[in-house]
Amino acid sequence: MEYLGLYNYWIAVVLLMTGFYAVIAKRNMIKKLIGLSLFQAAVFLLYITMDKVEGGTAPIFTADGAGQIFSNPLPQVLILTAIVVGISTTALGLAIVVRTKEEYGSIEEDEIQQMDGQETDSNEGSPKNSDFFVSARKPRAEDRNV
Amino acid sequence: MSSWTPHLPALQVVVPLMTAPLVVLMGDRRLAWAMTTAASLCALAIAIALVGEVGEQGTMVYEMGSWAPPYGIALGVDAMSALLLLVVAGASTLGLLAAATSVSTEVEHQRQPHFYAAWLLALAGLSGILVTADAFNIFVFMEISSLSAYILIAGGPDRRALPAVFKYLAMGTIGATFYLIGVGLVYMMTGTLNLADMEQRLADVGDAEPILVAAGFITVGLALKAAIFPLHAWLPNAYTYAPNVVTVFLAACATKISIYVLIRFDFFVFQANLTEHDWQFSYFLMPLAVLGILIASAVAIFESNLKRLLAWSSVAQIGYIILGASLISVTGLTASMLHMFNHSIAKGTAFLALTCLALSISRLELKNIGGIAKQMPWTMAAFVVGGLSLIGVPGTAGFISKWYLISAALEMGDLALPLVAVILIGSVMAVIYVWRVVETAYFAKGTGVVAGDTIREAPLAILLPTWIAVLLNIWFGLAPSLPVELSGNAAELLMGHLR
Repeated sequence: MEYLGLYNYWIAVVLLMTGFYAVIAKRNMIKKLIGLSLFQAAVFLLYITMDKVEGGTAPIFTADGAGQIFSNPLPQVLILTAIVVGISTTALGLAIVVRTKEEYGSIEEDEIQQMDGQETDSNEGSPKNSDFFVSARKPRAEDRNV
Repeated sequence: MSSWTPHLPALQVVVPLMTAPLVVLMGDRRLAWAMTTAASLCALAIAIALVGEVGEQGTMVYEMGSWAPPYGIALGVDAMSALLLLVVAGASTLGLLAAATSVSTEVEHQRQPHFYAAWLLALAGLSGILVTADAFNIFVFMEISSLSAYILIAGGPDRRALPAVFKYLAMGTIGATFYLIGVGLVYMMTGTLNLADMEQRLADVGDAEPILVAAGFITVGLALKAAIFPLHAWLPNAYTYAPNVVTVFLAACATKISIYVLIRFDFFVFQANLTEHDWQFSYFLMPLAVLGILIASAVAIFESNLKRLLAWSSVAQIGYIILGASLISVTGLTASMLHMFNHSIAKGTAFLALTCLALSISRLELKNIGGIAKQMPWTMAAFVVGGLSLIGVPGTAGFISKWYLISAALEMGDLALPLVAVILIGSVMAVIYVWRVVETAYFAKGTGVVAGDTIREAPLAILLPTWIAVLLNIWFGLAPSLPVELSGNAAELLMGHLR
């Protein structure tokens, strides 16, 4: 039961791993960014969770406030900053996606890799079946270009 | 002037940070460049003054807004940060001097004020990491510098810059978030973010599980940011497709700042409090450093794109820096610090020479530079000196740090021979990849010139910063007392925190 009581931490870990998986496994740039945002949101939750004191309230001193229990406000302030950083990162990432779409006509990393040909970094690892996906998607990519 | 002295650590960040929005308001690209360069020169002057101050009075502490730490945020500059402040401000200034000629070939005119603003933000972020003594502040400055670095790299003329920078953004954000998780866990156990305070309060909870987890998260996160060997995947393409001057700036200092945070956090906070942490630190990083030196050098040997060749060489050189730190001895850490300084000069010179080459050659491929030394003698001579310094030939800066690294390896008893062998093999591999470029440029027939390229010597305005860097290589190779002294002090400071 003790472990279930820490459910906030469990949620944070699950979110963290979900986001991490999406960043690594998805080949679509928007999906990667969604994963990245989830990953960061999980850390926000981790910080917010650790400042919670059972029965604690907002840290406002009252005239007869002796013996009041406060939640720690500092992690919340820290995470406010981290949220701003996260938003900037997402915004910049989306801007790069838009530029990529303009230049390549695609936001699928497989297709972009295909277009860059042999000059792409070899350690990216060539995904299997890439020929199939490209041939299936190519007409659509050209349509968008027109 | 003297009344300004105590405020220098804050001014180091404030000057570029405040100039950045002003630069955006400048409509004219020349005015924007002039302001940026002025701010960067100012930062360099502050860094030099700080080196002097640190030499005289030891560590400088600045209480932001006069709030006493640990409640207020403190800035602190010691030998280690002063040395790297010099690297950051120097690399930025040399890059900007070269940018006057080079950037217009790569970035559209009306975008240049924004480009320079991003440059200043990167400078402010990197300096901020170095001056602050607060763990969360480091995260914020790290993200400021990273976000502006992504913008600078995405400014590259080749469309392949975009997927490269996206990869860097994804990996860089994961690295920074790992660091944030680590800091959060330490905060949970200690209730403080001030690094010095953290060290003391950790004594009570030293081997608690959250702290061990935090140490893991922080090490891996920063290793990602620093491009330590298996986590370097973002680096080669990001450096290759960035505008040339950006590569000069970032290759000279960006990854080293993450290594600085890694070493600082580890030695100032964890080494004193975790049981056998020094062994874990060594066992984790030393194999990676050795693999990095050997594999990345081997890849560089077979690379035909000149910028990517030097980028792979950077991955190898990061290996040397980490190897020095993983020896956990005064000599090893001195070598590590020294190599951060010397490698940035050497790699900066080599990339500056490539920037000159890029003015004449549209594609920086090995096959396109056949016999080019006849038309561009000064450029190629600069590349040769930078290359010699990368190899570690006596008389250049690179020799000094390799010498210290080998002396440190020799102190290691059983490990001495294999480590020295790795360092020497790495240097021989550097000889090969530098020689391939030099041989093509000096001795090959000029056959592979791309149509439309007219090859002529780069203008004086860009040769000047390149040759300043060349002379720095030779100067710090012959008279290395300044970096050696600072590195030695930094190493003793770090070792003083060991249990």
